[in-house]
Amino acid sequence: MTFEVGSGLSIAVILTTVIVVAAMLIWVERRLLGFWQDRLGPNRVGYFGLLQVVADMIKIFTKEDWIPPFADKFSFVLAPAIIMSVILLSFSVVPFAPGVGVVDSNIGVLFVLAMASLGAYSVMLAGLSSDNKYALLGALRAAAQMVSYEVFMGISILGVVALSGSFNLREIVLAQTDGWYIIPQFIGFVIFLIAGVAESHRLPFDIPEAEQEICAGYHTEYSGMKFGMFFVGEYLGLVLISSLITVLFFGGWLGPSFLPPIIWFVLKASAFIAFFILMRAALPRPRYDQLMTYGWLFLLPVSLVNLLVTGVIILSTQ
Amino acid sequence: MLTLVKDTLTSQVVTLWRVFAHLWVKADTVEYPDVQPYMFPRWRGRIILSRDPDGEERCVACNLCAVACPVDCIALQKTEDEEGRWYPEFFRINFSRCIMCGFCEEACPTNAIQLTPDFEMAEYVRQDMVWEKEDLLIDGTGKYHDYNFYRVAGKKIGGKDKGEAQNEAVPVNVRSLLP
Repeated sequence: MTFEVGSGLSIAVILTTVIVVAAMLIWVERRLLGFWQDRLGPNRVGYFGLLQVVADMIKIFTKEDWIPPFADKFSFVLAPAIIMSVILLSFSVVPFAPGVGVVDSNIGVLFVLAMASLGAYSVMLAGLSSDNKYALLGALRAAAQMVSYEVFMGISILGVVALSGSFNLREIVLAQTDGWYIIPQFIGFVIFLIAGVAESHRLPFDIPEAEQEICAGYHTEYSGMKFGMFFVGEYLGLVLISSLITVLFFGGWLGPSFLPPIIWFVLKASAFIAFFILMRAALPRPRYDQLMTYGWLFLLPVSLVNLLVTGVIILSTQ
Repeated sequence: MLTLVKDTLTSQVVTLWRVFAHLWVKADTVEYPDVQPYMFPRWRGRIILSRDPDGEERCVACNLCAVACPVDCIALQKTEDEEGRWYPEFFRINFSRCIMCGFCEEACPTNAIQLTPDFEMAEYVRQDMVWEKEDLLIDGTGKYHDYNFYRVAGKKIGGKDKGEAQNEAVPVNVRSLLP
């Protein structure tokens, strides 16, 4: 079996790596948050606390997996499966390096956006099927948040698509050989970053879970491995958004040739993962009507103007 | 609207930078089991019973510590040896009640009971929190090295009659007319 785009070996390696990385992020996040809050974070289990992940996994696997008697069983079980599957499916179109990837799809950008929209069903189903007021509030907020960010999320990428002339993520990376899209598409990048935080339900936009306000929001009733899937799903979403920012705006695997392409990709994506964790450490959470106002009245017009200006510049330079 | 957005963004970016700069701030965490803290000599920790410089028990079983104890965690029973020295038959401190107030140390007339800087007293079995005299008694003099109650006290015991203590004058014979 050869290691190329779409081979079985490639799929297995990417799937394992992505899930292991997402699990490791549990430790990375707690450690980094610790440093930024003048603490040490978990450092007792193994070197630097590296085995904390193993301990957490053992705990989550052996916990009682309880379904509340009042819950709607089918959708209750379905919801965590949806979020894991759609995010893992999104990884299939991400070009990690030349020859490393699952599918070389020419609608990669659209596929990712579609999967992101499906991911919102997971949150809403979880909240509805739990039959719990906090979960319902969480689902309500998730729905409100989804309507407000998905629109400008799509539009903010369109500038990149227009510049590269392709929906294929691999070709978008190759089109950045002369210069990363962060420079011509800086506004698009900022908007996509904000939308990405909202998409992966990370602080400051973790409005659907908002521990301090509504317990854990939509996954209040979840325990054991089902909760673990939401938990790891959130970190998978974080890895996905970081990878997408790297691919769309920071030239993916491109970089000086003293390091192999995959290392460049990992370095760039890690920097964004760290930035997302920094945002969690630093920024307070807005109310969800504030997020919606901000999204509709400011970010949507700005992304539209950004797209318009990009279009004018492309047409005038042709 | 635009100023609001500008102010909000600036404040968010400044916040992000300030929090990021904490990467270079030393953690406040005290890594306790790995790094032992400095314990001050007068720290009120685990209670001990000390011995006088001759190696005898200092405790004279006067019960003042038990009376002073606000939580009644000290229990003892007085007895005497053949020389007439008082000592505790048993001396029991229930450390699950003790609040380390140090009143017993202040009440003690013979410097026998003393608090030490040791604070690591956790036990797995509750019964192990009750310490008997054998556990409390140490071989040294604790914080006061020269003090020996029976040497300075006027009490008569075997081997030391009235007037034989340190700095003690021979008792006046009230029946004699001699100056």
